[in-house]
Amino acid sequence: MAGLSYVRVEMLPEREPPVSEVGLIGWLKSNLFSGWFNTILTLISLYFIYALVSSILPWLWSPTWAAQSLNECREIVSDLGKEHGGACYGVIRERWQQLLFGFYPDELRWRPILTLILLFVALAPVLFTEAFPAKMLWFTGAFLFLAPWLMWGGVIWTPLLVAAGLVIGFYAFKFSAGAIGNLAAIILAIALPILWWMFAIGPISQGLASIIPFGIEVVESRLFGGFMLSVWIGVVAIAISLFLGVVLALGRQSELMIVKYLSVGFIEFIRGVPLITLLFVASTLLNIFMPPGTNFDIILRVMIMATLFASAYIAEVIRGGLAALPRGQYEAADALGLDYWKSQRLIILPQALKISIPGIVSTFIGLFKDTTLVSIIGLLDPIGLTGSIRADANWNGIIWELYGFIAILFFISCFSMSRYSMWLERKLRKGHQ
Amino acid sequence: MSTLELDTQVDASRMEISDEVAIEISDMNKWFGTFHVLRDINLTVNRGERIVICGPSGSGKSTLIRCINRLEEHQAGSIVVDGTELNSDLKNVDKVRSEVGMVFQHFNLFPHLTVLENCTLAPIWVRKVPRKEAVERAMHFLEKVKIPDQAMKYPGQLSGGQQQRVAIARSLCMMPRIMLFDEPTSALDPEMIKEVLDTMIELAEEGMTMLCVTHEMGFAQAVANRVIFMADGQIVEQNEPHEFFNNPKSERTQQFLSQIIGH
Repeated sequence: MAGLSYVRVEMLPEREPPVSEVGLIGWLKSNLFSGWFNTILTLISLYFIYALVSSILPWLWSPTWAAQSLNECREIVSDLGKEHGGACYGVIRERWQQLLFGFYPDELRWRPILTLILLFVALAPVLFTEAFPAKMLWFTGAFLFLAPWLMWGGVIWTPLLVAAGLVIGFYAFKFSAGAIGNLAAIILAIALPILWWMFAIGPISQGLASIIPFGIEVVESRLFGGFMLSVWIGVVAIAISLFLGVVLALGRQSELMIVKYLSVGFIEFIRGVPLITLLFVASTLLNIFMPPGTNFDIILRVMIMATLFASAYIAEVIRGGLAALPRGQYEAADALGLDYWKSQRLIILPQALKISIPGIVSTFIGLFKDTTLVSIIGLLDPIGLTGSIRADANWNGIIWELYGFIAILFFISCFSMSRYSMWLERKLRKGHQ
Repeated sequence: MSTLELDTQVDASRMEISDEVAIEISDMNKWFGTFHVLRDINLTVNRGERIVICGPSGSGKSTLIRCINRLEEHQAGSIVVDGTELNSDLKNVDKVRSEVGMVFQHFNLFPHLTVLENCTLAPIWVRKVPRKEAVERAMHFLEKVKIPDQAMKYPGQLSGGQQQRVAIARSLCMMPRIMLFDEPTSALDPEMIKEVLDTMIELAEEGMTMLCVTHEMGFAQAVANRVIFMADGQIVEQNEPHEFFNNPKSERTQQFLSQIIGH
């Protein structure tokens, strides 16, 4: 047994790791050149990257900012003797304002810019709950009514009266719930504001305007365009569809038969139809169903369709999150005596939404890019504008620069959304462990 | 029977059983689809009673106590808890649920809330207790289950035994008059079972009415005043623990006991 017994007398000190574990050479060796096959693959990849970059960079590096037409660009490029040709940036210089704002009047462009800045202020307490005080949410609420007023203009009374509709709905519910029951009160709380918005706001707002005519210049929807239009439709549709999606997802899981089948029917119908057909319905058919003489704004109609479309997808994403929660969570909430709405709000939805973040953000990114489809029904979003720019005799035949510019605008927006969602996921994961 | 003994001394001085009826179950039946899970259950529980329910798996013991706060609906017979009958009236259900605490096998803590928030949530939102008071109450019960220092952590950062003690504290914060335990120690590592059982014993010593589905026979012997044995959805035998363990009457009971204590 003597051979088995062993006692260490001296403890070993820490030693430096071998070169392969640390430093640049170690990293290269283990990641790019481990074995002859990987080395060959690395070399081939490097060659491809070189070939790609060496043909694109010279094209991008092209001093054509001042050019007045495509022909002028070509002259500048051929004078430089570039074999692959060069980008023509003159079109961006000449048209970037149009690509951003459409035909929104020059002297009023401070309004969409201000709206965008205020949008960030309004989003801050929603997106970064810890860094900003919850009181800022009041501004977020006010922004919902301020933004359309800034964008479309008109008398100040209209947004105030629209907001008053919500107050009417709230009090209708509060005072009738006891007398006629919850469900009837909810229906009343939805119907009253809609009637108010449809029939009361116009005359009242006109009446108030004749007494105190405070307002800003009206900008008609046909002047809206460019990236501003995409953002405007996208932001509104994203904000409302998240809310609607939650309602639909809960509706689909409801034990009330009618609510359940209405939700299922709506979701399946919308998901079974291409967005473009919904947009055509918005642009042509909807007017047929409206009473004659009513002029229902085209951008509003498109917003409604985009919102409904996205909300069906969001509903399905959130349903996935709801299904992923263990039954025990519902049971624990029930056992503590929380009623349906409280357990949804405090226990179920916070967890389900957290699980659904990647899916929700993907849907939002998709929705935001889908706003370019409005060009097909004649709205002048960036894609819609490219048609007229390319029809211009000066720029006839330009493709890459124009679409590249639009692509960059969309990429910045979508990439930010994607990074935000990753950050949010990480933050929530840390919190719960 | 020495393996059953707990090393904890139980102070029985306050474990009084009153004549007041806490739960009255009569001729209760329940089906899952066509499967008859609970058959003609009759059970009266007086205030202060500590009842342990045991039986082979699938015997309906969990379903029985889940019927008492209507996590499961019964289809025939009646269940009256603290004078409130459980029926389709949601107000009655909510009333019973806010007075009956429940502890689950898998704890079912809310992972997105801290331990403290887990404990204050229901008092604040259901009982309308002011936040400050709810926090004080939560800390009181967290001290009672001996983990006040974990209050700011999330459930996922605690061990199983700690989580189960938080779950008990969470139920106690609602000041329940009855506590239901659904196999509270079955999902725990052996060395954590004792800390949860100690907490439950302490509760029993304070006179809490308890119904406990468990296979911890040592706990049953030390604390229960009545042991119920269920099989095939029926109550097969019930007796005070000493008689139950040393002198089981029915064959099913003998067989069951020999299986769980035999080795």
